[in-house]
Amino acid sequence: MSTGLVFAHAGAVLFVLGLAGGLVLGHLLRRILALNVMGSGAFLVLVGLAQSDGQPDPVPQAMVLTGIVVAVAATALALGLARAFHARTGRTRLDGGEE
Amino acid sequence: MPAAYADPSAGLIVLPLAWAAAAFVLGPGRGGGMAVVALMGQCALALGLAVGVMQTGPRVHAVGGWGAPLGIDLAADGLTVLMLLLAQSVALAVAVYARGYFADHAHRAQGLWFWPQMGFLVAALNALFLSADLFNLYVTLELLGLAAVGLVAVGGAAGQMAAALRYLVVSLIASGAYLMGVALLYGAHGTVSLATLGPLLAAGSPRLADSLAAALMLAGLLAKTALFPFHAWLPPAHGRAPAPVSALLSALVVKAGFYLVLRLWLGPFAPLAAPAGPLLGALGAAAVLFGSWQALRTAHIKRLVAWSTVAQLGYLFLVFPLLDSGGQALAAAMLQAVAHGLAKAAMFAAAGVLVLATGRDTLDGLAGVASRLPVTLFAFGLAGVTLMGLPPSGGFLAKWLLIDAAFRAGQWGWVPVVIGGGLLAAAYVFRVLRQAFLLAPPAARFQPVPRRLEWTAFALAAASVLLGLRAGELLALLGADG
Repeated sequence: MSTGLVFAHAGAVLFVLGLAGGLVLGHLLRRILALNVMGSGAFLVLVGLAQSDGQPDPVPQAMVLTGIVVAVAATALALGLARAFHARTGRTRLDGGEE
Repeated sequence: MPAAYADPSAGLIVLPLAWAAAAFVLGPGRGGGMAVVALMGQCALALGLAVGVMQTGPRVHAVGGWGAPLGIDLAADGLTVLMLLLAQSVALAVAVYARGYFADHAHRAQGLWFWPQMGFLVAALNALFLSADLFNLYVTLELLGLAAVGLVAVGGAAGQMAAALRYLVVSLIASGAYLMGVALLYGAHGTVSLATLGPLLAAGSPRLADSLAAALMLAGLLAKTALFPFHAWLPPAHGRAPAPVSALLSALVVKAGFYLVLRLWLGPFAPLAAPAGPLLGALGAAAVLFGSWQALRTAHIKRLVAWSTVAQLGYLFLVFPLLDSGGQALAAAMLQAVAHGLAKAAMFAAAGVLVLATGRDTLDGLAGVASRLPVTLFAFGLAGVTLMGLPPSGGFLAKWLLIDAAFRAGQWGWVPVVIGGGLLAAAYVFRVLRQAFLLAPPAARFQPVPRRLEWTAFALAAASVLLGLRAGELLALLGADG
């Protein structure tokens, strides 16, 4: 198994872990972290699968750089919203189903 | 190359980005007038692009002279241009409406950062419609989601924050699933361009990685479109946001997910997608019935309109099992998308006026509105005509084409859903109208409402009804796909 494939498999595991966390966890901070883990998993798969034959491929690396910028922006927005939500309600989780 | 830089498709992305940034620099609550002027320019650009596509067929623009795979291509065909026209015209009307809405002192604090975020939202939408590769689509999808989440929270109330956070979590999970699909496809085929992926996927028997990628991307996009059973985030987010935001989200943002499903379905995923058609149709049918049923039960005006969005989005997915039987189903879907976009923007605009005038967001408070706000109520009713599918509205033509396509395909099981959904829509629209025509209790007070708000809602509603008379031009645009 080439290094690239190892990365891709690790990425798949991280993606599933993060996805499960994003769906199941209650605490907002944990949820945001889980979504970051999920995104990083997808990035690893993107880079790892593309160079599984041992040849480096610059295109997915450029894509992942773009993706990281987007993920940072999304995380910043999520943290800002979570802080504002906590400041208004004192709560750190989103339970209590609405219709 | 001056000609390359003057291309309207690049202008449709750069212009909203520019006014969004300028509105941010100008400061809280500023930039509305500039947005209206710029949106008029964008309407002209979209029209120019439409004429170009009609005359010369689909076109590709390499941004800055750098073509794919190094640079980014912007592609425009009939489908793209139709969505662009819808987006610019609804955004223009909403901008005119929002200037009046946020000028009201009760709402001024809610709209402090509305204009920059609306600009980013429109830029992301236009970029999404014009994108020609899967990764660029991921970026625009994420930008659209972030701008939409920011707009839900723009009012700053705790309930809006909670709705925005819930929306953000769904949005991030959905785009994560989409990105995973892109990663698998790139790993298998070494390209993300929609045009080159198509033949690669069609060649040879379907591979497991391709099917897995298609399933992940489809699930992510359905969650973004709020198709039943992924709809739970939509009613709180669209119901709680300020009225101009709800209008933008319900009319345009959810359509972006649908547009992408359609684009992938007709394009690269066509060889893989056949088994999922009946499933999508069944989910659409469930959405029509469940969304309408919830709209009949809720006690809040804006919540009712939001549930109606869940139901009307269901219609869009009824076409997927019928697409093989010819162009009728595609025409039905696009007409429904455009008609619903106009009608739902009108309905949220009218609902915003009703909430402003009565001071509360409940159906009970509407008694007596008919004599005070006849224009608004007429707008609400006209938009309802489109949702019910009465002639001559665009909604009628869309549903007619859908029923026709179902009979042609021999799948007449979808017909009762279309008709039943129309009857349920009539029931929930008349819930509002009936209450509005009751006599006002003596203690009732109505706030005065700027005329501009009433007439924008009316213009949007009238457009959605009159669309049925000019549908030929829209369908000709679709035919330009060749």
